[in-house]
Amino acid sequence: MSRTQSPLDSWLPRVPLGAWTESAVDWATATLGPFFDGVAAVVEALVRPLNDLLTGVPAVVVVLVLAGLGWWLRGWKFALGTALGLGLVAGMPYWEETMSTLAQVLVASTLALLMAIPLGVLVAENKRASAVARPVLDLMQTMPAFVYLIPAIFFFGIGTVPGVLATLVFSMPPGVRLTELGLRQVDKEIVQAAESFGAPPWMVLLRTKLPLALPTIMTGVNQVIMLALSMVVIAGMVGAGGLGDVIMFALSQVEVGSGFEGGIAVVILAVVLDRLTDSAGDRFPSARAQRLARQAA
Amino acid sequence: MSALIVQSLYKIFGSRADEAVRRLADGKPRTEALAGLPATAAVIDANFEVRPGEIFVVMGLSGSGKSTLIRMLNGLLQPTRGSVRVDGVELTTLRPAALRKLRREKISMVFQHFALMPHRTVLENAGYALEVAGLPKAERRERAMDALRMVGLTEWADNLPHDLSGGMRQRVGLARALAAGTEILLMDEAFSALDPLIRREIQDQLLELQAELGKTIIFITHDLNEAMRLGDRIAVMRDGRIVQIGTAEEILTDPANDYVAQFVADVDRTRILTAASVMEKPQQVLDVNAGPRVAAKALRESQTSVVYVTGPMKRFLGTVTEDEVLRALREGRPHLDGYVSTERVRTVTADTSVADLFADCAESQHPVAVLDERDRLIGVIPRITLLSALAAATPDEPTQGQDQVELVGTKGEPA
Repeated sequence: MSRTQSPLDSWLPRVPLGAWTESAVDWATATLGPFFDGVAAVVEALVRPLNDLLTGVPAVVVVLVLAGLGWWLRGWKFALGTALGLGLVAGMPYWEETMSTLAQVLVASTLALLMAIPLGVLVAENKRASAVARPVLDLMQTMPAFVYLIPAIFFFGIGTVPGVLATLVFSMPPGVRLTELGLRQVDKEIVQAAESFGAPPWMVLLRTKLPLALPTIMTGVNQVIMLALSMVVIAGMVGAGGLGDVIMFALSQVEVGSGFEGGIAVVILAVVLDRLTDSAGDRFPSARAQRLARQAA
Repeated sequence: MSALIVQSLYKIFGSRADEAVRRLADGKPRTEALAGLPATAAVIDANFEVRPGEIFVVMGLSGSGKSTLIRMLNGLLQPTRGSVRVDGVELTTLRPAALRKLRREKISMVFQHFALMPHRTVLENAGYALEVAGLPKAERRERAMDALRMVGLTEWADNLPHDLSGGMRQRVGLARALAAGTEILLMDEAFSALDPLIRREIQDQLLELQAELGKTIIFITHDLNEAMRLGDRIAVMRDGRIVQIGTAEEILTDPANDYVAQFVADVDRTRILTAASVMEKPQQVLDVNAGPRVAAKALRESQTSVVYVTGPMKRFLGTVTEDEVLRALREGRPHLDGYVSTERVRTVTADTSVADLFADCAESQHPVAVLDERDRLIGVIPRITLLSALAAATPDEPTQGQDQVELVGTKGEPA
């Protein structure tokens, strides 16, 4: 694409950022090939069995298990809602696709959290790491989600793996951010108290800071899962399978009916995952103690 | 030998600390000395020794540097210059692991806002230092229980801090420090967040424990009453410098400079003591909706002739005497409303000085009512209490004044 250039702008240097990016990706593909193959194998090994499990067992079993989880975490009303919602999905033609989307979301967000939480701890404890991480996280969060798919295709080809990895990158930032925020918000005097009795840094972190930051970290977990779900649909564009495929196909064929069915399945999955992770945070004693303390104040 | 020795201790925040220390060395005020430097001086040239078994109070207004000072005594803050020696060990040059060991074995701390861990029970909080020290669980439990027993909180061992009132929480904070078994106790504005009556109660408890345990206590406060009441010796801080160190009496009778003199201005002891420091817990308080029968019962049980009556939000309304209760009974009224009188009792605020109480006490037929800023009844002062407080505040015994006051007991009440 070119545009007519005003003479006033002619002194601006041309910056071939796109070309640089391309050559960087080319270089990475050429030299880091074995590394990417390894990553792909690991992701594949995680997604495939989970996918097979979720699509292999009867839909009724999955619905009952999730409803039971909902009962335990939130009570019978939510369990009933979960059963009805997922029952509706099971009654539509896209149950298998919904389950493979669920499998991808679970793997991508678990991997994202495994990286995000330790990173959040590092960033909270170390000012310099924080200064480096902040702009990188900003970039990761504001970059249009589709853009992640392009290098993912280069490195991993078409299929589930690039979808999951693009999802992982896209959903990680709030996990890091909220872990950092949660740790920084822990009452300074309580941290000092722990230190004043001679507790070493790891003990202060594990037994004081992390438990007190847990409610905020759990909000991060919830956000990561929600973002993963939104991205995993976009990843349908690279043939990741699941509901993304259904929706992309409906879009290209302008099929209102199946597009709506796929969309509703995403919404129901999102609501169930959101409420489940939201209330999981409340089950920790530290979360309850802090909520009580806030009510009293 | 001293338990703790502090020499030429400085804490400068900001950059160019060397230059700042050099400019401050000749004793100029900090704003003048540091003009144009990107640095602020929190503690300037502090020198003192604390003897084993004494309560050493550091008193100063906010911003005087006392909280920074106390945090350098256990290395929570690294001093810019100078030396802190604990039991002969120079603390400023210790490596992190050695510093932690020293904290575990020699110094523990009590914090202004209690700093209890909300996710741990009272017992687990009290045993925190022992957990850090790696003691086995059974022994930890036993020693934490002992400490809770000392502060009278064993029944609350399995509750979370949230279930406790402010005064009780700070007693857990104290128990946590006592359980650590260290010789030295740092107390940073430990009682400042508590209500006046609770504060005095816990001060008494500290003095009792101290008589038994003989710890070395460094106590930070901005409250002159508290300093005089607790301190064997008092250091007065102003703008980062210690301006005088001495016993309460020395500071009262021989202030080092105008600032200290002003601080303890017209301490004529009746002015150090406030209504809050001599008041007693009101014996008979009833809500205005209580019936006359309840009032009659209250009067009979307390052997007094007056009941204090409060309304919505615990606001003080006035008093009801035997005669009025009798009248209400005869007229068959369901509650005290309409019989409450404000004529026979004077009210004062908690910070009214004792000197200003005389007139009120003389004119008030019943014990003077002490109200807080929201007009809630927080205590009463019978004439005899005022007199005995005065009698004890003779110049020979300036710190004995408040001991005459009968206290509420040491159990405290739940939130």
